[in-house]
Amino acid sequence: MTLEELAKEKVLILDGAMGTMIQRYNLTESDYRGDRFADWPSPLQGNNDLISLSQPDILKAIHKAYLEAGADLLETNTFNSNAISMADYHMEHLVTELNAEAVKLAKAAIAEYQQETENRPAFVVGSIGPTNRTASISPDVNQPGYRAVSFDDLEQVYFEQALALIQAGADALMVETVFDTLNAKAALSAIYRAFQVAQQTIPVMVSGTITDASGRTLSGQTAEAFLISLSHFPLFSIGFNCALGADQLLPYVQEISRKSNFRISAHPNAGLPNAFGQYDQGPEEMTELIKPFLDLGVVDIIGGCCGTSPDHILSIKKLADTVGKRREQKTEMDHAL
Amino acid sequence: MMDENALKPSRLILPLRLSGLEPLVIDSHSNFVNVGERCNVTGSRKFLRLIQERKMEEAVDVAREQVANGAQILDVNMDEGMIDGKEAMIQFLNLIMAEPDIARIPVMVDSSKWEIIEAGLKCLQGKGVVNSLSLKEGEEIFISQATKVQQYGAALIVMAFDEKGQADSYERRIEICARAYKILTEKVKFPPQDIIFDPNIFPVGTGMEEHKLNALDFFRATAWIKANLPHARVSGGVSNVSFSFRGNQQVREAMHASFLYHGIQNGMDMGIVNPSLLEVYEEVDPLLMSKVEDVILNRKEDATEELLSFAAQLGGREKKEVKEAEWRNYEVQERLKHALVKGIADFVEEDTEEARLLLSNPLEVIEGPLMAGMNVVGDLFGSGKMFLPQVVKSARVMKKAVAYLQPFLEAQKVKGKPSGAGKILMATVKGDVHDIGKNIVGVVLACNNYEIIDLGVMVPAEKILERAKEEKVDIIGLSGLITPSLDEMVFVAKEMRRQGFTIPLLIGGATTSKAHTAVKLQPNYQEGVVHVNDASRAVTVAGQLLAAESKKGYLDEINAEYERVRVGYSNKQQKERYVSLERARKLRFPWNESEAAIQKPNFLGKKSLEVSVSEIRSFIDWSPFFLAWELYGRFPKILEDEVVGVEATKLYQDANKMLDEWEAQGSIKAKGVFGLYKAFADEKDTIHVLNENSEEFCSFLSLRQQKELPPGQFYKSLSDFIAPKSADVEDYIGAFTVTAGIGLEPIVEAFEKNHDDYSSILAKALTDRLAEAFAEYLHKEVRMKYWGYAKEEGLENEDLIKERYRGIRPAPGYPACPDHLEKKTLFDLLQVEEEIGAVLTESMAMYPTASVSGYYFAHPKSAYFALGKIDEDQLEDYTQRRKISEEQARRWLAPNLKLTE
Repeated sequence: MTLEELAKEKVLILDGAMGTMIQRYNLTESDYRGDRFADWPSPLQGNNDLISLSQPDILKAIHKAYLEAGADLLETNTFNSNAISMADYHMEHLVTELNAEAVKLAKAAIAEYQQETENRPAFVVGSIGPTNRTASISPDVNQPGYRAVSFDDLEQVYFEQALALIQAGADALMVETVFDTLNAKAALSAIYRAFQVAQQTIPVMVSGTITDASGRTLSGQTAEAFLISLSHFPLFSIGFNCALGADQLLPYVQEISRKSNFRISAHPNAGLPNAFGQYDQGPEEMTELIKPFLDLGVVDIIGGCCGTSPDHILSIKKLADTVGKRREQKTEMDHAL
Repeated sequence: MMDENALKPSRLILPLRLSGLEPLVIDSHSNFVNVGERCNVTGSRKFLRLIQERKMEEAVDVAREQVANGAQILDVNMDEGMIDGKEAMIQFLNLIMAEPDIARIPVMVDSSKWEIIEAGLKCLQGKGVVNSLSLKEGEEIFISQATKVQQYGAALIVMAFDEKGQADSYERRIEICARAYKILTEKVKFPPQDIIFDPNIFPVGTGMEEHKLNALDFFRATAWIKANLPHARVSGGVSNVSFSFRGNQQVREAMHASFLYHGIQNGMDMGIVNPSLLEVYEEVDPLLMSKVEDVILNRKEDATEELLSFAAQLGGREKKEVKEAEWRNYEVQERLKHALVKGIADFVEEDTEEARLLLSNPLEVIEGPLMAGMNVVGDLFGSGKMFLPQVVKSARVMKKAVAYLQPFLEAQKVKGKPSGAGKILMATVKGDVHDIGKNIVGVVLACNNYEIIDLGVMVPAEKILERAKEEKVDIIGLSGLITPSLDEMVFVAKEMRRQGFTIPLLIGGATTSKAHTAVKLQPNYQEGVVHVNDASRAVTVAGQLLAAESKKGYLDEINAEYERVRVGYSNKQQKERYVSLERARKLRFPWNESEAAIQKPNFLGKKSLEVSVSEIRSFIDWSPFFLAWELYGRFPKILEDEVVGVEATKLYQDANKMLDEWEAQGSIKAKGVFGLYKAFADEKDTIHVLNENSEEFCSFLSLRQQKELPPGQFYKSLSDFIAPKSADVEDYIGAFTVTAGIGLEPIVEAFEKNHDDYSSILAKALTDRLAEAFAEYLHKEVRMKYWGYAKEEGLENEDLIKERYRGIRPAPGYPACPDHLEKKTLFDLLQVEEEIGAVLTESMAMYPTASVSGYYFAHPKSAYFALGKIDEDQLEDYTQRRKISEEQARRWLAPNLKLTE
């Protein structure tokens, strides 16, 4: 069964947070290093993507926990597996390996789960994060015209990651937590090029981030402007994730749901972080806030971002199973007199 | 009556969707869309001059003015031989992208050079418009460029131009447009709604015969395109039409109004215009309009001549600019506020100067009107009425104002306070780009004579600390707005400690809080961490911290305050998640026979023994002994500790002296009893203890972890270390109680009679340690001799203390098995009172207090763990297993029950 076919049958369940789960292991610097990077010259603690190489068992256990919770889509542990983010750890040269291993582990988790527990379809979504540079915003207040990264540089960095994910066998890609739409446009250009090089096309998902109550992305776009800016690419889905809890995110998801022909995804945080950067919303509380998404039929794909766990996903999945309502596809026609 | 035939079938048109920061959707309900034309070096000499002279702020104002006057799309053209068009395009677009009031509308990248168009598209996060491509250089290039335009996500203007030249007749216009449309929709798969045709607006009224039909042909072509090329739009450069009337704005405006009126009637969707020079059709003088329309619509043979002579009478009266900046008339404070909120830097220097002259000193300008303005910005931002790019702009205006005041502040400094109050390094931490708060604090501190070294945003810890050392700064200030910055700050604090920093650390930024600083930061860095939530406090705090006489007192005060916050926080209980008992039992630590390596004990049953102080004193773990005296450190290092070493050594000597006495006099007796039994565990976490005939003696009720763990980890219970019944193998468990407190009471009484509290406490603490030492000793005996699974063991005391041996001896009432009622089962099983004289109080405390009891588990994987809190389902299950009332169960397990709100 393909991803498209499964999407026709049900609201797809995307997995929850990776970082939150990794945090629970309280990994130390030496855990992050493992044997292979024991002598690495720079600190590695917090390099969560590296655990694909140094702690593969933990990563697989997390993937399996999400499968057990009912996730249809597993996001790879590659949010920062790009040359820009990895440069912080002097690991730019590991980008291809990080992405390939992460896909391999997610696929292995699915295979084991299907064998041990339940033979149902599940798919690997290659996660492509925003990098830590913005193409539309100057990091220097005094030089508004300055840019820390160019479109072409970003395109090259994304290309390397996307190609690795595709060639390792990811079932789909997700350009996510888009805080600057120009970064995402560079990613889509790169993916287009990677498709040509790999001679293969897979579904592409995009998920933006509305930063705060302003209802804008960090780079200043409204939800609809964000949607329009990325609609030139034949997306599998578009949506929002991170930064906000489900209740705060709903209006923006509703808006793009109304205005787009693409499938709509949402994976909100478990509420807003408290003073310690922790998320307090439990599975039931979050599910209660997710309910309107399903009742209103505004999403095709639902999951969780920061602070969510397999229990959250399980609870959301149970809800999705009971709420049968599906999103209606829109026609983009309007009437001329 | 209604004629049904009069109702034409409605035609479906796909909307053209564009975006800047905000959407622009052009559908069949949309009015004519104005494209601002003034940011064009070929069309505006002023704009060209600004670009050439690199007066970028003024150039940006040209864009701003058009948006303020109603432009819905902004055309940008840098095609001029004297400038580097590509660089100018990139630079200008990047600049206007930083201006939210401009960037909100889509951009039209206008160039005849593909290189410039592509560079422009790479600067736009929104969906813009390319102006333009054509078939001038043939189909191949057209297709390849249009494909790229589509990939960059832009709409496309196609000019009516082909290999043979520019279309100048109705027929040529529709021929080229039809051909381009077919190529785009069929070969390039370009979305038809994203195609905009420019069927060439040429001047009329030039006096030349062949130009007379220019406007009419455009209108007819427009109508044809709209009727025959589905979803495509029509646009054009309107100013061209009045080219021959340059210098006479009134006539030109009238011509534009007329042209637009008829263009729109024929289906023209958008046009490139000067939005501040748009006259409303109805408001044009009717006589002028009739003369204009004679020309536009070619209604009269001598229309041009008539219009020319009419125009001469009107003269070149310039129209006033729309929306004269009214705010310039406000009071100076209001003007500064307005400039800050709107992010307008143009007048800020003159306004700042005015405010400076008005107020008694330059600092007041900052602390007064400027801060007031920034507060408004902060409020608007906080309530979601402003968004980040706007705030960044405001900060820029603020900086400019402060920079202007800087020399005045410097001058004052010389007069006033001695300069150099201290050096402060400031940075927004790695991963975070927010620096407004930091900049404001920096500004305010600088105004108070501090030297500020600002490292900017996204600064990694190593860079912060490296520079701090180089510059020998007095304080480090960290800022951050997003949540992950909190962790990064913790990292910086830890690094500061590791690298031996002694300077204070200031923490600020939106997500930071006193609570976070107190709980997460301060414990990691003891040289002073202070949360500074507003700029005005920063000065006081820095002052207190840098003055030798106040520093310690101030830090003590802060530390005490944070201690209170920490206590409050730990009492508040984090919201934890729990799995069901059923799930926890499913995810138990898995028992398997080969791993368990069961060995039958050499001895089954119960045995009591008495040992002398000399036999067990070498087993004493001294570190907890010192801890009981609030001396912190590991033994034996603590004896040489710089701070507590002398005191610790004295205590250690006294303790050993007392032990020597006890040993010599035999005044303290240590007795113990232990038993080894057959056992199995059941599904409900109960361990059944059997006699030699496999009849049940008693059962130990263990509890299971329920607090949610990461996947792959097990929910542990002590019963997991005993073979389950289902395994059908014989396994064993042990139990013990030891006491070293027999004989203590008279000794203590004697000390107390002499008011020798020190010795009394020492004696009690020592017997406690002796009991533990006895337990360690006995455990070793059991492992090596009585159970005998570790015959080869030869561990030093240090290894024993670090528990480097197989098996555990958890004690009821301690983290792995906090249920004190278990002691009763254990005491009954071992008949402790009869055997060694120790008893249990009503509240299940052991007497003598210097007693230890526990179980023995031999499983090689057995390990100590903390049960943590349990949920209501386990409480209920436990109540049934223990056969007591729920109320009793709640009381005994109170510390381990999940809080219910």
